[in-house]
Amino acid sequence: MRRLLVAGGSLALILLIAVVLISTGLIGGGTVGATFRDVFSWSVGGGGGALQPGVAPAHSWTETERGLIASLSIDRLPPLPPDPSNAVGDSPDAVALGHALFFDSGLSPDGSVACSTCHQPDNYFTDGKVFANVRDIDTPRHTPTIVGVAYSDWFYWDGRKDSQWAQALAPQEAAIEHGGTRTAHARYVLSHYANEYEAVFGPVPDFSDTSRFPPEAAPVENETAREAWEGMTEGDRGAINRVFANIGKSIAAYSRRILPGRSRFDDYAAAALVNDQAEMSELFSAQEAEGLRLFIGKGQCTDCHNGPLFTNGTFHNIGLPLPEGSRFDQGRTQGTYQVVEDTFNCLGEYSDASEEACVELRFIKLEGEELVGAFKVPGLRNVAHTGPYMHNGIFPDLDAVLRHYNHAPPAFPGHSDLVPLAFTVEQSEALKAFLLTLSAPPDAPPELLLPPNDE
Amino acid sequence: MDMDDGMSMDMSGGSMAGDALDPQTTENGLFTVSAVSRLDPVVINETHAWTLHIETDDGSPVTDAEIAIDGGMPEHNHGFPTAPRVTENLGEGDYLLEGMRFNMGGVWVLTLEVSSGGQSDTVTFEFELK
Repeated sequence: MRRLLVAGGSLALILLIAVVLISTGLIGGGTVGATFRDVFSWSVGGGGGALQPGVAPAHSWTETERGLIASLSIDRLPPLPPDPSNAVGDSPDAVALGHALFFDSGLSPDGSVACSTCHQPDNYFTDGKVFANVRDIDTPRHTPTIVGVAYSDWFYWDGRKDSQWAQALAPQEAAIEHGGTRTAHARYVLSHYANEYEAVFGPVPDFSDTSRFPPEAAPVENETAREAWEGMTEGDRGAINRVFANIGKSIAAYSRRILPGRSRFDDYAAAALVNDQAEMSELFSAQEAEGLRLFIGKGQCTDCHNGPLFTNGTFHNIGLPLPEGSRFDQGRTQGTYQVVEDTFNCLGEYSDASEEACVELRFIKLEGEELVGAFKVPGLRNVAHTGPYMHNGIFPDLDAVLRHYNHAPPAFPGHSDLVPLAFTVEQSEALKAFLLTLSAPPDAPPELLLPPNDE
Repeated sequence: MDMDDGMSMDMSGGSMAGDALDPQTTENGLFTVSAVSRLDPVVINETHAWTLHIETDDGSPVTDAEIAIDGGMPEHNHGFPTAPRVTENLGEGDYLLEGMRFNMGGVWVLTLEVSSGGQSDTVTFEFELK
């Protein structure tokens, strides 16, 4: 394995001096970092423009910085791995069925709500609202995008689901979302999509006996539906659960095809990788490059927003303000217990995964103060188009987000992982300018971005 | 490790130089512990396993150890994003440590409390992912 820096003797000496100075507290790390960066740029950053010692030109990057920039590039995104818990996740027939179901408001009792009601293809699969809202009722959280989330280990802001298909099921029965029941959903899908279902999952079960399979039965808050569910035999409940899970697996087969596209930043990263400064300056303004420099450097943004999707996929408390009149949201502290107990989790009987494949669930972190009020780090691709921001939609625009990061108030309860950026107005503007370079239309077959009957 | 683009730079944005931690003696000198990752290179955002090896101070393998795991990023005041644990005694002083995950670059610590023969001792590894 190569060491990170391949530096000449003089550079190594400078680095050594810098480390000694930092470790002895004589000067701060940031100062040394800047000094070191400038020297390093001067030594190896050739290829374009006259370099002034001590002044880093906009597109002059050290080898380390170029490595870090490349690590964020979509070129580093591996092919989407299979979801071992969903055996039909990559079946074209399941994609077709899921595509239809995603846009079908028949999966709600009043015919008004489909997945696409909140996850709107024209809005990067978000809804532009503070809170997800259907029938004029707010849910407690903001609608996240589904673009690229197939790479996630956890779903929902608090990670209370561990697969896309298990996630897709929960809104179906949430009273203020689709508001359905699993017996009604199973019956609807088997009658409207019998052939499509059979093509993916085999023979359609017979649920015509309403004394065994009540029209509306589910383990939900609604007392009538819950009692009907509890009155069913275990075997009949299992048969319904199986079809319900298959509905989720079909929807997931569709939504896993919605991947992030190539943004202007990704072209810049490719140019940075080969140190093509002419190309870099064509692609990014000096301000955008400065924003990138802050993002990977002083801002420490890549602590959490790292990798090609700009997320480490885990949960952090960043001391967000509470919306007026709302109570503290426990976030991950509750999500962990919910996913462990979920009937449809990776280790459950409706999952297609072996126990060994359920690594994330088997080694889930259940305890720790850092889980209190922690929420999943959202990816930043298309961040310009997916506001309002945060799990509670508390910030209407990126300026408000950056104000929060600049001040970083302490969290209560819990512990905030932020340190105040205290950026100048110019720095904040540069960081925002960089974030705006992360936009690109989703990478998916065009027909999947429209309802099936619009094809 | 050679990168596929042939560039002489580490491209991961958070990886360990090498796949092994140098053997270290526990605080009271009872055991020597070494750790090798089964993921090479060790990179961020990937849950993976390590093989631990434990010997007594005279070099004999410790084959009946109980091992408790702790660690995280002291500078960031958080632990591992997962709950790693030893899941299997592989024999000859080797143990399988599963559920390891790092979610950002920086300095990490891994603390092992090793118990064997009625005695316990602790060792803390410190390493950086860059």
